[in-house]
Amino acid sequence: MVIAKLSGAQSLIDSLQKEGVEVIFGLPGGAILPVYDILYESNIRHILVKHEQSAAHMADGYARASGRPGVCMATSGPGATNLVTGIANAYMDSSPVVAITGQVPRTMIGKDAFQEADIIGITTSITKYNFQPRTVAEVPKVVKMAFKLATSGRPGPVLIDIPRDVQVEIDEVDEVEDNHVKVRSNVSPHPLQVKRAVDLLVNAERPIILAGGGIILSNASEALQALAELLLAPVATTLMGKGCFPENHPLSLGVVGMHGSPEANKAILEADVLLAVGCRFSDRTTCNISDFCPDAKIIHVDIDASEIGKNRLVDVPIVGDANITLSKMYEMLTKCLVKREDSLWFKRIQEIREECSSIEVFSRDDGLSPPKILKEVREIVPPDTIVTTEVGQNQMWASLYFKAYKPRTFITSGGLGTMGFGFPAALGAKVAKPDVPVLDIAGDGSFIMTSNMLITSVNENIPVIVLILNNSMLGMVAQWQRLFYNRRYSAVKLVNPDFVKLVEACGANGVRVNSLDELKNALLQALKNDVTTVIDVPVSPEEDVFPMVPPGKGLKNMIFNALKTSSILTKRSSKAPRED
Amino acid sequence: MNVENSVFETHIVSVLVENKPGVLYRVANLFRRRNFNIESISVGPTERKEFSRMTITLNGDNATVEQLVKQLSKIVDVVKISLLNPRNTILRELALIKLHVKDSKVRSDILSYAQIFKGKVVDAAEDTMTVEVIGTPEKINAFLKIASSIGIKEMARTGLTAIERGG
Ligand SMILES: Cc1ncc(C[n+]2csc(CCOP(=O)(O)OP(=O)(O)O)c2C)c(N)n1
Repeated sequence: MVIAKLSGAQSLIDSLQKEGVEVIFGLPGGAILPVYDILYESNIRHILVKHEQSAAHMADGYARASGRPGVCMATSGPGATNLVTGIANAYMDSSPVVAITGQVPRTMIGKDAFQEADIIGITTSITKYNFQPRTVAEVPKVVKMAFKLATSGRPGPVLIDIPRDVQVEIDEVDEVEDNHVKVRSNVSPHPLQVKRAVDLLVNAERPIILAGGGIILSNASEALQALAELLLAPVATTLMGKGCFPENHPLSLGVVGMHGSPEANKAILEADVLLAVGCRFSDRTTCNISDFCPDAKIIHVDIDASEIGKNRLVDVPIVGDANITLSKMYEMLTKCLVKREDSLWFKRIQEIREECSSIEVFSRDDGLSPPKILKEVREIVPPDTIVTTEVGQNQMWASLYFKAYKPRTFITSGGLGTMGFGFPAALGAKVAKPDVPVLDIAGDGSFIMTSNMLITSVNENIPVIVLILNNSMLGMVAQWQRLFYNRRYSAVKLVNPDFVKLVEACGANGVRVNSLDELKNALLQALKNDVTTVIDVPVSPEEDVFPMVPPGKGLKNMIFNALKTSSILTKRSSKAPRED
Repeated sequence: MNVENSVFETHIVSVLVENKPGVLYRVANLFRRRNFNIESISVGPTERKEFSRMTITLNGDNATVEQLVKQLSKIVDVVKISLLNPRNTILRELALIKLHVKDSKVRSDILSYAQIFKGKVVDAAEDTMTVEVIGTPEKINAFLKIASSIGIKEMARTGLTAIERGG
């Protein structure tokens, strides 16, 4: 059915509206001008960024906070290539982002026209799919398909590259049927495999659940909690899964991995059955994979069949949506099991917790040490606060010491580890959830990378809080140089601007704090401010993140300080590094 | 247990894909990313004009090939993918071999070898002859062995194409 004669640009905007798009993060340029011209009078909100990378991160943060796809837009050539880091970041973390780029006119493609970049070629390995509609009629179909793909199965970014002349051309456009798009997605698990998993779980003596980002993506937190409580199985998460299970729950072990919590890293090695859901056994989670639960039976649930068996051979592979699969398991389990109230394993977990709380985690700084700061911050900000992080020590400290209670409240660049992600992602999250406080836990090096977004945050009225753990270092790199390169600090010392002045020059609030009390006051004030507040906290340039599993080593080789590579639980002291 | 530990074998992957620009790039890109050398690839139309079939031959261990197949099937343009069992599959390849012809003895040798291999002489010039051989890769290899004793000037092979028996 032909509905209208439209320009490609009009058709694009109409199609985006049909998908429920309310906001686009972007920056215009020649090859996308016709679209911006339509946008001018549409009721889609456009948020002007200062660099296209931030547009993609904002769309990503928006998507992670809301569960709805985020949309970013850029012009051809440099605009499009500036998006690349943000798209790759969304790809690694399975975030539904739709990126729209202008392209040179059809007849000029492939001829090195002004501002031409082969963005389809460039983004093929960092998108689920990319499209270049060559006719106006294709535009609505492509948009429909893009949103379907971005949000179905394992979510991820999709790019639409529209030649400028297709934006301008006017042609007849059909209504797109919803069933025009068929996406292959194996959402329901195979019942026999579920049965096999349930059999293993019923008979497990020491079951552990490893919950990844897939739990959040499929909204499976409730199902996860029900299952864990039924089995009395402790839950460790990956970094991407942080928040999918309340970290103040008696069964929570925290995050497992290179900078995982001592109890998670320790307990997981004692498991006899590991139920891994929506995770991919990444090297930062498993550390040396041959030392990762070598004797446990492993059940691996993932919606992406290609993740199963990729890094780790498993005993029961289950391809399926996490929520559906966990709910089915729960249903089957309730038929053969009464809710466990206590078990030897649960007692053992308490024991591990106690042992771990008496390990001295090395921390130089008695004053404003990042662990203390972050525990304090958790006490102050409301439970539903959305936290984003930058990358480096700040991120690992946040993972270790800032407890997350709800899904979609801890947003971090897990797969790509992109410095500069946290601030624009926080802004995107705030756009999605204007009523919830949003806090970026930052390092000075990372913050600088996208700090120009202060201007956007002020101009567009998107107030967030940034807490800079300012060690005047590229801290995580410095830590590696300290531990593994004989303290040869190559290119890690930072000479920073005065952050307070920088922030104020952009029209935001800047404050420097020198004690926990000052921090508390600044944070309470920031929560009330209607403009972005950046809190600069000077911390020691020498402080390391511990515990740590040295590169190449297994979880059992976790170390707690730089002096001794003491194996877990050999070093004891009365100082409790972390309480629950 | 680690995943990558078994022995290398030849695998034939048959991939039904959408017939449109860029699909070969997407498929090839995946192999490149995994640093996988494609032994041969042939692409052509199928009984339905909207689809093409790619027949890809690879050397690799089972686990890696299985993983590649899973990743291939994630490509949106891939409609269907199957790992073919060589024992239950008809395999064919075509080779064109241009041979040096020194004298009439060689010329008649070539003619009779071509006959033995059910090949065809498809071109002849003063000092060359071109033979077309169709068959399994083994058969073509056997012909090439003899041909090289005569002297190969140039050679082109299509790569394997395959279809499962019955069904
Ligand atoms: C874009 C980018 N470039 C380089 C790196 C490598 N890298 C990882 S952590 C880190 C240091 C981060 O410094 P900062 O933001 O100050 O955080 P800190 O570790 O001090 O908390 C660097 C350079 C990266 N992850 N991302």
